[in-house]
Amino acid sequence: MRHVISVLVQDHPRVLNRITSLFARRGFNLESLAVGTTHVPGLSRISLVVSGDDHTLEQVEKQLNRLIEVLKVTDHSEPHVERELCLVKVHVAGVEERLAVKDIQEAFRARVVDVAQRSLILELTGDSKKVDSFIEALRPYGILEVMRTGAVAMSRGERTLKVREKREAV
Amino acid sequence: MKGAEALLRALEQEGVEVIFGHPGGAIMPTYDALYDSKIRHILVRHEQGGVHAATAYARASGRVGVVMATSGPGALNLVTGLADALMDSTPVVAITGNVPRALIGTDAFQEADVTGVTMPITKHNYLVQDVNEIPRVVKEAFHIAATGRPGPVLIDIPKDVQLADFTGDFDGALDLPGYKPTTKGHPKQIERALDALEKAEKPILMVGGGAQHAHAELLAFAERTGLPVITTLMGLGAFPGNHPLWLGMPGMHGTVAANRAIHHADVILAIGLRFDDRVTGKVSRFAPHAHTIIHVDIDPAEIGKVVRTHIPIVGDARLVLKEMLKGAKPLRLAGWWRELEEWRTRYPLRWKPRSHLQSQEVIRAFYEATGGNAIVTTGVGQHQMFAAQFFPVTRPRSFITSGGLGTMGVGLPFAIGAKIARPEELVIDFDGDGSFQMTLQELATVVKYKLDVKVVILNNGYLGMVRQWQDLFHAKRYSEVYLADSNPDFARLAEAYGIKGVRVERKEDLRKGVEAVLNADGPVVAEFKVYHEEGVFPMIPAGGAAEDMILDHPEEREREEVEA
Repeated sequence: MRHVISVLVQDHPRVLNRITSLFARRGFNLESLAVGTTHVPGLSRISLVVSGDDHTLEQVEKQLNRLIEVLKVTDHSEPHVERELCLVKVHVAGVEERLAVKDIQEAFRARVVDVAQRSLILELTGDSKKVDSFIEALRPYGILEVMRTGAVAMSRGERTLKVREKREAV
Repeated sequence: MKGAEALLRALEQEGVEVIFGHPGGAIMPTYDALYDSKIRHILVRHEQGGVHAATAYARASGRVGVVMATSGPGALNLVTGLADALMDSTPVVAITGNVPRALIGTDAFQEADVTGVTMPITKHNYLVQDVNEIPRVVKEAFHIAATGRPGPVLIDIPKDVQLADFTGDFDGALDLPGYKPTTKGHPKQIERALDALEKAEKPILMVGGGAQHAHAELLAFAERTGLPVITTLMGLGAFPGNHPLWLGMPGMHGTVAANRAIHHADVILAIGLRFDDRVTGKVSRFAPHAHTIIHVDIDPAEIGKVVRTHIPIVGDARLVLKEMLKGAKPLRLAGWWRELEEWRTRYPLRWKPRSHLQSQEVIRAFYEATGGNAIVTTGVGQHQMFAAQFFPVTRPRSFITSGGLGTMGVGLPFAIGAKIARPEELVIDFDGDGSFQMTLQELATVVKYKLDVKVVILNNGYLGMVRQWQDLFHAKRYSEVYLADSNPDFARLAEAYGIKGVRVERKEDLRKGVEAVLNADGPVVAEFKVYHEEGVFPMIPAGGAAEDMILDHPEEREREEVEA
């Protein structure tokens, strides 16, 4: 089963290294990983996607929690928002293709962020399934490059990734 | 004050009295500062010896062991010892020099990415980039190493940081928001555990290395409840090896009584152990009748990792036992004990006597001559299992061996570390001819510091444990295990170092040999030429279950039947 996990970490050098090396040596399969800073200085937030049974997932969470710089681990089993950003450079042979690609772009509510004579770069955000379908829709025209960030996630509603009562939520 | 001096000041503040180590280019500023420090330094001949000695120092004393090495090759020589300390949850702080900051990442002379390399084999590690961080990093490192589930922590310090002018202070507070080990067990779970024990018909208490510091509470709890006690290899000594409640060691080379007790138990209280595969055998067939497994461990990640746990208790073994003791009642286990007693008397640990001198009788002779009053260290292999079987230690922190990693060569450096931690104790290293030769250069350390350790080499001329497996599982194809054609004369080797050498080849000289070792004033290396085809039994083959236990070598059994 696919799980999206959020991890709050201290923003130290090598902390990402520790996390990925933990996944490698414990044989957990990491599907994607996205990292960014938060509004609290010194804290970063990681979204990662793993697949596995309950036992694997329990171990993933426990092993992550063992890392000294990990402050909080949450499995998003509850309602949550999940997004991925994707850039696709697609080949457009002529006017006909350009119009067809534009149709797809509109249908998915993507944006054109670069226009060249024989190619376009499209930008799309959405959950991973939407990104998959988008890429499939463009495939017949000749995809030149794809870049996906991997999923980022956040719980819906009041729930936040809290560390301690006193600390501000992030 | 330079960074190096700040480092030593911080170490002194942590109460460090001794550092094991080996100098080199990138750690020289710290060695220079050490020249003026009160801290004692033990110069080893190889960094691996240093980290093993620091590990045994920690295990024997209950304090943090400290080892120091230079960058690159020096630091990399610590790798095996750090992994060993991690597997056996031992608090060790390793301090390594690194090339100057400006050279990091340039493949400079003696440069290696030591924090990268040691990431999976340390509890945590640091690369100190700012001289003023030294006191905080040292404080955190000792805190992390010694608290929660203990483990090794490495501090890598570039040479120019050691030389930089220190302007910081030493009173900084710990800043570890992500590190808050739970030490007190949950009261509800403790209550449930006591309840399950009370209702149990065939309960057992299994104890691992995590209970070494909880020996007093453990003894009181076991005596109050009357529970049968099983100690793992790492748990030996946490409960007295001569106590009537003790059933021995479980697992691959455990006693029949211990393994059958686990097999038939309905409730298992496991404290400070991690259900290693050498203990469980095939997990799906482990403890098939146990409807309740209670697991007490300070590391939540250990609970449910290998076996299904019904009552998890996250906490420190000592504190949890203290709480459990409050509600503990004598259990009615007379029927259960009758069963256990039967297995214990019918299948004691024993060996088949031969005309040739045997490892088991050598170890037993030392046990009898010392009354078990010694700290035992071992290498890894058959001799290690024989020592665990035939030298039942009665006191905690007195059996120091490599459990999780199974590191050959730890015996001698472990003996050095143990002797320095507890100089008043008799320290005996039971070693194998193969194991001993992996770190024998540390005899020089023994000489340099006049350490009175007794090295007892059980020389069977083979890598005995591998040979045993080849015998049983590889159709006697003895691939690359024969050592006798190239072994040194160990007694003469010792003499070359200026250490008393003893050699015993015949059964009838055993007693004399043991006395020669124990009565010697100072270190001894004694070689006992033992039967070369001995096997360690009982044995549960890897991946087997308690029911698959082999009591004797299959051919010997056949021979006996034919003779009968």
